Amino acid sequence: MRKPLEGITVLEFCQYLAGPWAGLRLADYGARVIKVERPGTGDACRQLATKNIRVDGDSLVFHTVNRGKASFAANLKDPDDLAEVQKLIAGADVLTHNFRPGVMEKVGLDYPSVKEINPGLVYASVTGYGPEGPWRGKPGQDLLAQSLSGLLYLSGRADAAPTPMGSAVADGICGVHLTQGILAALVRRGRTGQGALVEVSLLASLIDMQFEALTTYLNDGGRAPRRSAVSASHPYQGAPYGIYATQDGFLALAMGPLDRLGQLLDLPEVSAFDNAPDAFAKADDIRVMLADRLKSQTTDHWLSILEPADVWCGRVMGYDELREHPGYQALEIEQTVTRDGAPPVRTLRSPVRFNGERLFCDSAAPRIGRDNDTLRAELADA
Amino acid sequence: MPLPLEDILVVDLSQFLSGPSASLRLADLGATVIKIERPGTGDICRQLYVSDVDIDGDSTIFHAINRNKLGYAADLKDPDDAAKVMKLIAKADVVTHNFRPGVIDRLGFDYESVRKHNPDIVYGEISGYGQEGPLAAKPGQDLLLQAMSGMTGLSGNADDGEVPMGLAIVDLWAGGLLAQGLLAGLVQRGITGEGTLVNVNMLEAALDFQFEPFTIHLHDGSLPERTASNNAHALLGAPYGVYETADGHLALAMGAIPQLGELLGCAKLLDYPAPASWFDQRDKIKAVLADHLKTKPTQAWLDVLEPADIWCAGVMDWDTLFDHDGFRVLDMLQTVTRGSGTEYRTTSCPIRIDGEPLKSSAGSCAIGEHNAAIDRDYGLAAAAVAGEA
Repeated sequence: MRKPLEGITVLEFCQYLAGPWAGLRLADYGARVIKVERPGTGDACRQLATKNIRVDGDSLVFHTVNRGKASFAANLKDPDDLAEVQKLIAGADVLTHNFRPGVMEKVGLDYPSVKEINPGLVYASVTGYGPEGPWRGKPGQDLLAQSLSGLLYLSGRADAAPTPMGSAVADGICGVHLTQGILAALVRRGRTGQGALVEVSLLASLIDMQFEALTTYLNDGGRAPRRSAVSASHPYQGAPYGIYATQDGFLALAMGPLDRLGQLLDLPEVSAFDNAPDAFAKADDIRVMLADRLKSQTTDHWLSILEPADVWCGRVMGYDELREHPGYQALEIEQTVTRDGAPPVRTLRSPVRFNGERLFCDSAAPRIGRDNDTLRAELADA
Repeated sequence: MPLPLEDILVVDLSQFLSGPSASLRLADLGATVIKIERPGTGDICRQLYVSDVDIDGDSTIFHAINRNKLGYAADLKDPDDAAKVMKLIAKADVVTHNFRPGVIDRLGFDYESVRKHNPDIVYGEISGYGQEGPLAAKPGQDLLLQAMSGMTGLSGNADDGEVPMGLAIVDLWAGGLLAQGLLAGLVQRGITGEGTLVNVNMLEAALDFQFEPFTIHLHDGSLPERTASNNAHALLGAPYGVYETADGHLALAMGAIPQLGELLGCAKLLDYPAPASWFDQRDKIKAVLADHLKTKPTQAWLDVLEPADIWCAGVMDWDTLFDHDGFRVLDMLQTVTRGSGTEYRTTSCPIRIDGEPLKSSAGSCAIGEHNAAIDRDYGLAAAAVAGEA
């Protein structure tokens, strides 16, 4: 099958996670993505080992987010290297970078300069907090952006400290937006030939991610979100929405009218509540009643009662239990990538399918400068 | 310059959040989005209240998700209405839906049926768990997906039990991926002239969101272990976390522990010179930091740490953030107006194109608000009469 972005070339000057995650998606969808890295150390993510795990000298997370890409080693402060990079840019469709504001200007690869070389280029930048304002020089880092964005008041219980989302959510969502902006600009270029400047930031992306809650806040007189005291999961959802301990595990309960839920769980005191208003006004009282009842039996027991009645509920599973589940196995979402001479890395494939086909990629993340010779030969032939 | 998706027509048959969030993004980027809803009740999200506040009778989240769209009421089970919608789709560039597997086939708007009327269509669908397997018929709901995908073991501290992400991240992630897939399909159509089917499901989206901890699990079989206190990322060592100060909270992302000890005047931290110990002994280090950071206000710590290039920040709520120039320069709020004249405040697109924020003053549509205009502009009135379907 032809992948949708075949024929598109992306030069990735990004490091760490947000930008490379966008590059990974473009590679998944068929683009040729070339990392431009400094000789010697390369993308700093190579050394950013979560859980201290490295494979063949690079962190596992680097392998995961850079599979299927090429690498061109170049020192942008060296005039000869820079001239080669400029030739690569002249033939590219997309350029991405996540340097702090001012850095690309210094090496002469800012948008106005690069536009002279390649007017049709889609030039995309990721910053922490936008190119202007008091935070423009602040490190664009996931936890810091989360902390400034108000997001820490959405997860966890009412009595918990401000609670970050326990994954690189700012990098992730910003990478999603970067990919969207780049692709939309490519759609326009296909119709008009115009290039584009695409800009995203971690903070703007986190604001967008909270758009439902923020639109509520902006129109309810600015009331702060109220996290639940018990079974907290989402400060803007009424009871029963939440996760409850059972005798042997945890049960997620998303929706169900209270009267019906009370009947099914043999809790007349829950049935007695008035569905719409009480689900919010008395949410914590209701959750306490549910929590007391649900811990008395196993998860399977409750599922056998609730699922046939079409109550939206489910089991809480860890990665190990999930991988045993036939519903997971039917996805065929795992794949193995192998770097020449190194141990294989098991990871996930693209989550987007085209024409019903899963997109697999067996090409591992590159060593620094792996593709210099190939790319130089291509430049010489051009 | 034209917006990137000017003249692209999107017909959106989806409801709730995942699909409509994708069409909102396409609208932000310049597409014309026509939201098809059943007459009377419309998108169930209209009634999915998240608080005691509504705007013109609909939930605030509906208004957040569905601004800048045109409303077209149609009963897809009614032959006349179905014929009109299919005629509209014949003129569209993109179609999206998030019905459960099988439903769209019964309605006659599955990819193969649509393609007969519009061979170049870029057709996107979101399901809960894919089209195959034993979960296919189950409800694809955000909290259930978080619960089953291991996600509720990432946030909060080790003893906090299950802690979901406090917003509908799986819906949003799936919607974000769908928008990407649709855009990639449009790029390809510009190159080859061919249409595409784009499939996204929420379970794969939930796992993709967690690709970092999930890959670790695939590598060594371990499950994410949150720290005893101040957890912010199960896979990272100290100091990564949020700490109480004398007057608020401080986020600390990185920094060599002995250097932090010197800067903060905390001698106990000098006991951890080996970088490996910052992960292996992170619970102990975090406890030391937590005790020490309580002794002074946030700004006092920032004044010491920021000049030394330690990655740190104060913790803000929305009130504080909205008052800050760092937020104002993003220019991410807008007031939009509904057809009824009702105005409301909401956020705008996080992507800037050619240096400009993408804004539109159009508020959310009422059910069927634009039927007459769409019938006229796209010549649909004749469809029912002629029986085209």
